[in-house]
Amino acid sequence: MSIFWIFLLLSILKVVVVLVIFLTSVAYTVLLERKLVGRIQNRWGPSRVGPFGLLQPLVDGAKLFLKEDMIPAGVYTPLYLLAPLIALGCSLLSIAVIPFGEPIVWHGVRLFEIADLNVGLLIILGVTSISVYGIALAGWSSNNKYSLLGALRSSAQMISYELALGLSLVGIVLRTGSLSLTEIVRVQNVHGIASWNLFGGGQFIAFLIYLTAAYAETNRAPFDLPEAETELTGGYHTEYSSMKFAMFFMAEYGNMITVGCVATLLFLGGWGSLMGDLIPPPQNFFLHAVMPIVWFVAKVFGFLFLYIWVRGTLPRFRYDQLMGYGWKYLVPVAMLNIVGTSLAMAVFP
Amino acid sequence: MHLILFLIFAGFCLAGAVNLLLQTHPINSALSLIVVMSSLAVLYLLLGAEFLAIAQIIVYAGAVMVLFTFVVMLLNVGEEEKTHGSKVAKIVGFPAIFVFFSVITTVLLEAQRRLDMLKMGGIQLSDAMTTIRELSQVLFTDMLLPFELTSVLILIAILGAVALARKEGHS
Repeated sequence: MSIFWIFLLLSILKVVVVLVIFLTSVAYTVLLERKLVGRIQNRWGPSRVGPFGLLQPLVDGAKLFLKEDMIPAGVYTPLYLLAPLIALGCSLLSIAVIPFGEPIVWHGVRLFEIADLNVGLLIILGVTSISVYGIALAGWSSNNKYSLLGALRSSAQMISYELALGLSLVGIVLRTGSLSLTEIVRVQNVHGIASWNLFGGGQFIAFLIYLTAAYAETNRAPFDLPEAETELTGGYHTEYSSMKFAMFFMAEYGNMITVGCVATLLFLGGWGSLMGDLIPPPQNFFLHAVMPIVWFVAKVFGFLFLYIWVRGTLPRFRYDQLMGYGWKYLVPVAMLNIVGTSLAMAVFP
Repeated sequence: MHLILFLIFAGFCLAGAVNLLLQTHPINSALSLIVVMSSLAVLYLLLGAEFLAIAQIIVYAGAVMVLFTFVVMLLNVGEEEKTHGSKVAKIVGFPAIFVFFSVITTVLLEAQRRLDMLKMGGIQLSDAMTTIRELSQVLFTDMLLPFELTSVLILIAILGAVALARKEGHS
């Protein structure tokens, strides 16, 4: 077989494996959220299906799949059908550039990453900026006032917070001198936890900005205004049922996981252990390949836990507070952070 | 492989552009324009310009077109109303467009004949700037004046928008 075919086959294999794992984690993130929010509110959460309710995602999926799939009269059908596809597609797309473990090459193919690109970080930002369309078109094509209001809120919110999100990452790019995610992680692992961008890199403020902006980008509490039940019944997905609703649902949780992966890569040293390169890598090939993935998954899990914790404890913002906070505080602070990082780099090269 | 991808996405690009003109609803036209922008980004990618491709996605398909659709949705613009169109545009317009494209095609073909086929403006395709370091080197040293002038231009546009949108008598 030629190099091209091996490359193609391995790439398809990687895509399939990553998709299966990703979708499974999406299902179990939903369960994790229901369990944790349950405990926060002093109740059990789902506990009937399987041990500890572990099979709940399966029955949830089956329920959504078997529901009647309605297309209301008066919707603009082509866009109504296209919108959930865009939402889910964008959510699944950005996982393709995320490296999960050590850059181990086999037959000229990176094992733990679907595509290794020089502009990986920008691709994630690009996909984020495209994913607005899913929600915006869903709201507009539904021909429903609640949906439209939800979609308008969501578009405005995502455009506003995208700015702060992008600006908060400039400090890291300055420090690394590259947009490649692998390179960003490599720089952070030189001195273990001391050289993570969050600590040694001096990007603590950037991390807080990224965290806030990411919650807003993924439409999660306390910024879940696009689907605020008390005001908008369901927001942009009011008119969707069955699997189309499930696609929006999966897209939201998929985005949560992607944001967690990106935060891990950019601020928490990616797949590196607490000691990083201070201790030599294990000689055993299996340990060398698997341990980084364990670290990566643990960090992403911690991030998801934080996500759900925030949702369980913070009340929702008011719309004008949301806009004011984004434009008047986050963006200026992100710019100051860039100036500060550049000055620090100029003084201590 | 490159040729197949080029044909597919050039086809998408042209189909999107034609669809943009034929559609009567503004949302459909806006979406066609997004298809055009994204296919253009893929064409840039095929030329080895990764940064340009993703900038195209972020700036045009992401930011500019989101604002377009946002405004269309907010104003709830209806279907376009058909008019007969002006006679002058039909008589002068089509020949003018034909001449315009002929001139551009001739110039491009001439330039391509003079240069080597693999060279684009004297730069080898493999020389394309891929790292952000090289790109900033060019932007902030050789091209500093045009770069800063562009920023000032955009700033003026923003100030103009603010001045137009500001309501008198409101604080």
